[in-house]
Amino acid sequence: MLEVANLEVVYNDVVLVLRGISIEVPEGEIVALLGANGAGKTTTIRAITGLLDVHEGDITKGRISWKGEAIEKMDPADIVRAGITQVLEGRRIFAEMTVDENLKTGAFTSKSKVSEAAAYDRVMTMFPILADRRSSISGYLSGGEQQMLAMARALMADPELLILDEPSLGLAPKLVQQVKEIIVEINKQGTGVLLIEQNANMALSIAGHGYIMETGKVVMDGASDKLLQDEDVQEFYLGLHVSGERKSFKDIKHYKRRKRWLS
Amino acid sequence: MLSVPLVAQVGGTPLETLITKTIDGLALGAIYALLALGFVIIFKATQVLTFAHGAVSAMGAYLVSYFAITLNIPGRWIPDLPVTLQFTLSAVIAIVVAAGIGMALERVFIRPMIGEPLFSIVMITIGLDIVIRTIVGDYIGQGNTVVTGAPWGFLSQWKIGGVIIQHAQVATIIVAIVTVAVLMWFFKSRIGIAMRATAFDQEAAMAQGISAGRIFSLAWAIGAALAVLGGIFAAVPPRALGVSAGTAFFALRAFPAIVIGGLDSIKGAVVGGFIVGMAEVMAGHYLSSVTALGIGFNTVVPYLVMMAVLLVRPHGLYGTVEIRRV
Ligand SMILES: Nc1ncnc2c1ncn2[C@@H]1O[C@H](COP(=O)(O)OP(=O)(O)OP(=O)(O)O)[C@@H](O)[C@H]1O
Ligand SMILES: [Mg+2]
Repeated sequence: MLEVANLEVVYNDVVLVLRGISIEVPEGEIVALLGANGAGKTTTIRAITGLLDVHEGDITKGRISWKGEAIEKMDPADIVRAGITQVLEGRRIFAEMTVDENLKTGAFTSKSKVSEAAAYDRVMTMFPILADRRSSISGYLSGGEQQMLAMARALMADPELLILDEPSLGLAPKLVQQVKEIIVEINKQGTGVLLIEQNANMALSIAGHGYIMETGKVVMDGASDKLLQDEDVQEFYLGLHVSGERKSFKDIKHYKRRKRWLS
Repeated sequence: MLSVPLVAQVGGTPLETLITKTIDGLALGAIYALLALGFVIIFKATQVLTFAHGAVSAMGAYLVSYFAITLNIPGRWIPDLPVTLQFTLSAVIAIVVAAGIGMALERVFIRPMIGEPLFSIVMITIGLDIVIRTIVGDYIGQGNTVVTGAPWGFLSQWKIGGVIIQHAQVATIIVAIVTVAVLMWFFKSRIGIAMRATAFDQEAAMAQGISAGRIFSLAWAIGAALAVLGGIFAAVPPRALGVSAGTAFFALRAFPAIVIGGLDSIKGAVVGGFIVGMAEVMAGHYLSSVTALGIGFNTVVPYLVMMAVLLVRPHGLYGTVEIRRV
């Protein structure tokens, strides 16, 4: 089980973006983390996976534990080895490399050739599109295929918990449906899933539990079916009212991404 | 002082001369390619253009001489081995030591600078260049040349008709080809793929469990090893009598090669290296009679080629058009 308790995160020593977040992902379950742009969803994941450093972010308070062990000071590679892998927002495949090479990077922490081969077989069965494109340069894949590749790459590490940051972003409804089915399948095979989404409908339809974030806080959480019934949730996240509201959120996004090298 | 023919002696028909010169150009190009590869691998993996490459190259060549001549290691234990082989083993030891020094330099001077303005990092590499060059210069001694031995002889050469092929040239070309082959294999290997991934998108690589720090170390180790490899061939006869102050500057002559190739392209480093080597040798021979161009015009030619390439292709022959900055 993943437990995040009272987490506070500050960027550049000044910008407080998480103000005491607490979430739980029980073993083998799908949990949805919802919220508008800038709510702090990605930041939460960065904290869990040890990637805050790259963004000059720091955990100033709170704890993150995985299977009872504190992981907030672990480096990203050790966290992957401990069983938590993520699909970054925006896919972030290695566009210059082939599909197979991308998958190899995902298997970087593999313990043996045998486990790598097993993961590869599993991924190829789960994503038949990739099987046909093994030696294609991944940058030439379609958006949907790239999302599949990003998920497949993360699965190569054979995680116990898979974190997906907005996997439906920019995909056509049919592909969103496909992504959804795959997440269900991954979960069926025993992997826990923390699903970050703006598409609340999709996320809540497969998650057992959901959290809703606003400006760095969890403002609501509960069983998915309860959330789906909730009026506020319907109004703000399911778009069951005046259309266009959600669109305006979209424009807030995008601070300048600054990558940093880890020391 | 022995007088050393820096270029092969030419005799024979124009065609034979052309072949002799081509081999000469390939050998010089091979050295540039080795040096350029080191630059490019460091740049690609860490986005740092290191100006300490020449100094590292000279330092490595000095280490080779130190092991091969001063200490005679491992030669003293295996005196029956052919000299060339003894030298090769000494060189391997020196390369390993230099790779370790490269890693240390990265860890101590470059990694803390990560995330700081690129300009500051470049200044640090310039500082490193001066420091290393000065230290190595002290060991070499003012105006001195420290002999490296002559593993491929001074004038050892094959003559086929009027075509002259020096043993050292063949050795250089073979080593360059083997190095390129090994690198091609490396970049398809698990670690090599991890290095390419880190070069492409550091955060995404880290999310796969690849330690960016280790990749940077490794890139500097490989870069230093290649600098030394190039430095050796720049320092041994018949190209030179040994390591001198000039050895450090030799590596900087590979600079046009890198720019021609496109800074971040492995293929570009090799192609650029050979273009520059060939241009320099050909200009040295065929334009030497054009007195209006002045003596030593051949050393300017690489820069002319570089400018010409940049005018047509601003990112070099194989450079990524949008070089992403960290
Ligand atoms: N590297 C950074 N430096 C400074 N502020 C940042 C940085 N990264 C994110 N922020 C800020 O932190 C807040 C939360 O951002 P975050 O990316 O976590 O939100 P999100 O919920 O993932 O949004 P989205 O749905 O747009 O992906 C935003 O206000 C954002 O501007
Ligand atoms: Mg986000």
